[in-house]
Formats: sequence, structure tokens, C-alpha cells
Amino acid sequence: MREIRYREAVREALAEELARDPRVFVMGEEVGYYNGAYKVTEGLLARFGPQRVVDTPIAEAGFAGIGVGAAMVGLRPVIEFMTWNFSAVAFDQILNNAAKLYQMSGGQYKVPVVFRGPNGAARQVAAQHSHSMDPFYVNIPGLYVVAPGTPRDAKGLLKTAIRDDSPVVFLEGETLYGVKGEVPEVDADECIPLGKARVAREGTDVTIVAWGRPLHTALDAARVLEESGVSCEVVDPRTLRPLDHETIVASVKKTNRCVVVHEHWEHGGTGAQIVDVVQREAFDWLDAPVLRVHNQDVPMPYAVNLENVVLPTVERVVAAVERVTYKR
Amino acid sequence: MAMLTRDDAGSTDLLRLYRQMFLIRRFEEEAARSYAQGKIGGFLHLYIGQEAVAVGVNALMEPDDYFVTTYRDHGVALARGMTARACMAELYGKVTGCSKGMGGSMHMFDREHNFLGGHGIVGAHVALAAGAAWASKYRGDGRVTLCFFGDGATNIGGFHEGVSLAALWKLPIVFVCENNEYSMGTPAERTLPQRDVSKKGAAYDIPGLRFRGQDVVEVMERMREPIARARRGEGPTMVEVQTYRYRGHSMSDPGKYRTAEEVEERKKADPVRLGRIHVLGAGATEEALAALDASVEAEVADALTFADESAQPDEALLHSLVLAPNGDGDHPPPLGSYPAEQHAGAAVDADKVAVRHA
Repeated sequence: MREIRYREAVREALAEELARDPRVFVMGEEVGYYNGAYKVTEGLLARFGPQRVVDTPIAEAGFAGIGVGAAMVGLRPVIEFMTWNFSAVAFDQILNNAAKLYQMSGGQYKVPVVFRGPNGAARQVAAQHSHSMDPFYVNIPGLYVVAPGTPRDAKGLLKTAIRDDSPVVFLEGETLYGVKGEVPEVDADECIPLGKARVAREGTDVTIVAWGRPLHTALDAARVLEESGVSCEVVDPRTLRPLDHETIVASVKKTNRCVVVHEHWEHGGTGAQIVDVVQREAFDWLDAPVLRVHNQDVPMPYAVNLENVVLPTVERVVAAVERVTYKR
Repeated sequence: MAMLTRDDAGSTDLLRLYRQMFLIRRFEEEAARSYAQGKIGGFLHLYIGQEAVAVGVNALMEPDDYFVTTYRDHGVALARGMTARACMAELYGKVTGCSKGMGGSMHMFDREHNFLGGHGIVGAHVALAAGAAWASKYRGDGRVTLCFFGDGATNIGGFHEGVSLAALWKLPIVFVCENNEYSMGTPAERTLPQRDVSKKGAAYDIPGLRFRGQDVVEVMERMREPIARARRGEGPTMVEVQTYRYRGHSMSDPGKYRTAEEVEERKKADPVRLGRIHVLGAGATEEALAALDASVEAEVADALTFADESAQPDEALLHSLVLAPNGDGDHPPPLGSYPAEQHAGAAVDADKVAVRHA
């Protein structure tokens, strides 16, 4: 299979869906003439024109609202946040409108909108630009929350998200855009279902659950641990809401140990949710407490040495695995 | 109907407008009574005193046009043609309500009448309304979106961002501020640095229009051009309709921030009474009006009985209304259906496209 970068995979999904369905349009800051702040939308304006690849002013609440309203009356907007950090000023549109209108209208108005953009720390951009926004969104019924970690998942899940009739929060990885991976050919039309986890690496001794950038940290840690004879299974939920309990729990029942690795803070969020699921559904299979490796509970500092100790690292994942396997 | 003016107003059209206003008035008076009896819960924001605005504006609009309004939404819902039964049942939290009992007073919706909702978050619906208008421009479907909001909403970001984008893209939308002088309990002089809301359009280079909105015929006369302008594709207008609510902000508000004299003074320009004068002036008889009034009373009484006797929503509804069942996404319309203005890639000014960074 050919290899392309994560950024190109997202772009291909957008291009294929724009070409497939005239109701789909892409809207956000710098998505058109500038070709995307992260070059995800490069070339789309030239191919699809300014009606369908729409540059906006800096007004997240405004254009998120445009997306919700246009979706209510039958279009399928893809709203890009330059980064998910900036979605905070549009949070109300997602929480109170996108996620609520189908229910509040008694099922009369669907809101098939996708909000997408890069999530998580981008390296040395400090506290306001380094958020993992997923804990804020996974708490909200009425939304799908998707966080692909590989190019193939990014493309296949985004295509599904655009075709879904409910609102989707689509969290790409700011530091993943350059990552290469195998992706089926253009127009292979692979749509990956929402709500299904993927076993990214098979193993027998411990289950590591991770998504987004930390998925790669977990896979790196698994390779290190293999050298010392510890076999790690890495499970990528891919969709954070709804969470695929079955795949995670099946893996834990096989390995009897679990470590969850994530970029968001400790209190609440998908990391805590996974621990809850595992203790409820696999309690009798556990041979050790479930541990988490996550961002330290501080705003992200700018200084590189400090940022490095805030983010989950291979060393911290290895240490957690050694603790649940009672090797330290 | 759309051609109605003060001179050529046929008594039939005027009767219909009067009936709508009287229906809103009586519907809400009875809703207030039901609220006091504990049959309606939560918040209940009454439109009483402002009836001419919703009724006059709706009279100029087409069935396909979109309406978006605030939590003070019963008047717009009824003016739009939603039934008293569906609206009252919604207030009662019954499954026969317009939103199946899931929305309540503040969140009435009706797809059949293109009523995109009563919205509970002040100002956020302005951007949403701009989105509906954006879709109309994208499709070239000729629809106009009517967006109502209060004077209190004109300070918040959602309002400004929605108006800004609608103006920037010349969307087919009319912004109608129903200025009832109070942002909940705070008078406009303590909330608005610029008391003339219609001037707020100037910042976005769209026309402003300001008038008193107690007379339904006056509302129609003044609203004709902003709606026509939107339909011509020339963009939005910032309309400020000066009106007044007789009741408190909601049922829990006794309105102590204003005097009884002030309220009584405002009631002299009562939209329902003015409507009645128009109808009589156009030749309707007292007998005809009495019959019409009786039909409204019967409709409201029927709505109350219907709401009372309807079933509450089943618990199964809780989970079926969180995520929508899929299907629409699998059936795209033919390629080329829209956007309305096709732009081939060549039409894009290549010089302005950023050079790819290495």
C-alpha cells in the first residue's frame, strides 16, 4: 500500500467528499487562498472554488454558528478551527446548538456538521495554544468525538464523519500532520466506522490504551519494552465518544493489565473514563491497578525542558508498564 | 397578502392579522394561568405587547422562508402558523408538542413551517440564522431568513459575529431587534452605549431602520423593503422595532424595575386594540369581530384541553433523540446542484493563492 502523510490523508478525505456531495463545503480561517494554516486544505480552493472552500474572518463563534445553521437546513459543513484551542470561543455553538438541536427540536432538525482541526500540544507554543480539548467535548451527549492517530484512520474516519447525520468533533494531531502511513489509493472510498477501536499492536502482557499523538508514544514504548521481554498490546479507541468498550475490555481480559496514555489533564476526560470502564467490566481479570500517563496537572510552559516533562513520554509509559507488571 | 398597505388593506387580510394577534394574546394569557396552576414548568417568557411585530413580519414572508428567534418564541411560532395545540402541548411537556416535549417554552421548532427555533442562549442564534441564510445563498433557493433578537442581545459576541458574517457575504437575512426596552430587568439606558440599535448596522455597512412596532400595518409597511432587499440578494438590514412587553421578563419576574404608570402608558398603543380599530375601519362589523373572538377563545380552550389530555413523552424517546439516525449522508444530490454560482478553479485569482511553504 502507498504511504502518505497524515495531512495529505485529511486533504484527500475532504477532496473526495467535496467531489462526491455538493452539500459539503469547507469553511474556516485561511482555508482557501492561504491554502490552510497547516496546509491541510492546500489546492482545494483551486479545485472547488470559493463557494465551497470558504475563507472566514477571525470569528470562530460566528462561523461555527454558520455551520450549525447551514447543517440544520440540509448542507454538510466542514468547519475548520485553525487549532482546537480556538474552539473555546465557539464552545457554546457546539455545546448548546450542534449537540442539542436534534433533541430539542424533537428530532425535526439534524445537524450534520463536522468541526475539525489540529488538537494537542504543537511544541513550544505555551499554555493557550497547547490544549487537548477532548475532555471538554467527550462529556457532551449529542456529539461524536473522533481522534485519529494514523493517516489511514484520519482519512477513513473523516469521510465517515462528513457523511454522518450527527455533529462530529474531529480532533487531528497538530504534531501528526507530517507522520507517514499506509493509506488505500485515492477514491478507494474506505469509510472507517465511528465508535470502533483498533488494535494497533498485538501483545500478551499489558494493554496500553492511547489515541492521537500519545498513540505513537505508546507504540514507541511498546518497542522498548519488547526488548526487555514485555509484550504490549496497544489499543487505539480512535473514537472517544462513543467509546468502544468491547475492544478495550477484550484486550484487558487477555493481558490482565492496563495503562492509559493521554495528553489531556488528569481530572476527568476519556482517560478517566477508560479506567472506569475497565474496572467495571474487567474487574476480576485485573492483576494490577490501572495506571495513567498523562500531561502533568499544570498549564503548558513554553520552556522546552519543562514542556518535555509535562507531556507523556516513552520513559513514563515504560515506567507505568513496569509498575503494573511489578517489575519496579 | 404581501401587497397589503394601509390603503388597499382588504378587510379579510386585516381580519387574519388581527386574529393572529388576538390568538397570541389569549394563548399567552391562558399559558400564564396554566403556569400559575403548575401545569407548565421552567421558564415562561410572554410576548404580550409585542404581537404586531411577529404577525406583521410574517405576513410579508413566504412559506419557504426561515424564521429564527429567541426564547420569547410563542408569538413567532403562532404567527408562523403553528397550531395552538402543538404550542400549548409543548408548554405542558407533552409528546404531542411541537418539539415532542423536549424543548418547552424556550425551544419551539417546526420543520413544516421552517421555524428553526426558539433559542435559549442570547445572541448565539444570530450566527445560526446567518448559517441558514448562508445555505440559501449557497443553493440559490431564493429564501430569506428572518432573525429576531432583543435589545439585550446586541451586546454579545454571537450577535456581532453573526451580523458581521452576514454583511460580509451579503446573505439573504433580515435582522430584527425587538427592542422592548429591558434586558431582563435592566433598562436599555444602563446596557446600551448606543441606544439606537439600528445604527449598529453601520459598523457592518448595512442599512439600519428604526420604527415603532405596535401597529401591525405599520410593521408591514416598514418591513417590506428590508425583506425585498434580502430577497434581491443585496444583503441584510439592521431593523430595530421599538416595542414593549407588558409582563415581566418571565413568569418569575414581577417587573419592579418599572412603574405601573409606565406600563399603563405603553398599553395605550396596544397592538391588539390597534388591530381591532383597523379591522373596524376597513368595514368589519362588531358581529363579525365577536364571532372571530369567539373562534379564538374556542381554539385556545381546545389547545388547553388537548395539552391537558395528551400523553407525556415516553422514556424511550430520551435515547432516540441524542444522535440522529443516518441516511441523508448516503444520498447526495446530483453534482452541480449547487453552489448556485459555480466557480471553476480557473476563476480563482491564482496570484492571491499563497505559495506553498516548503
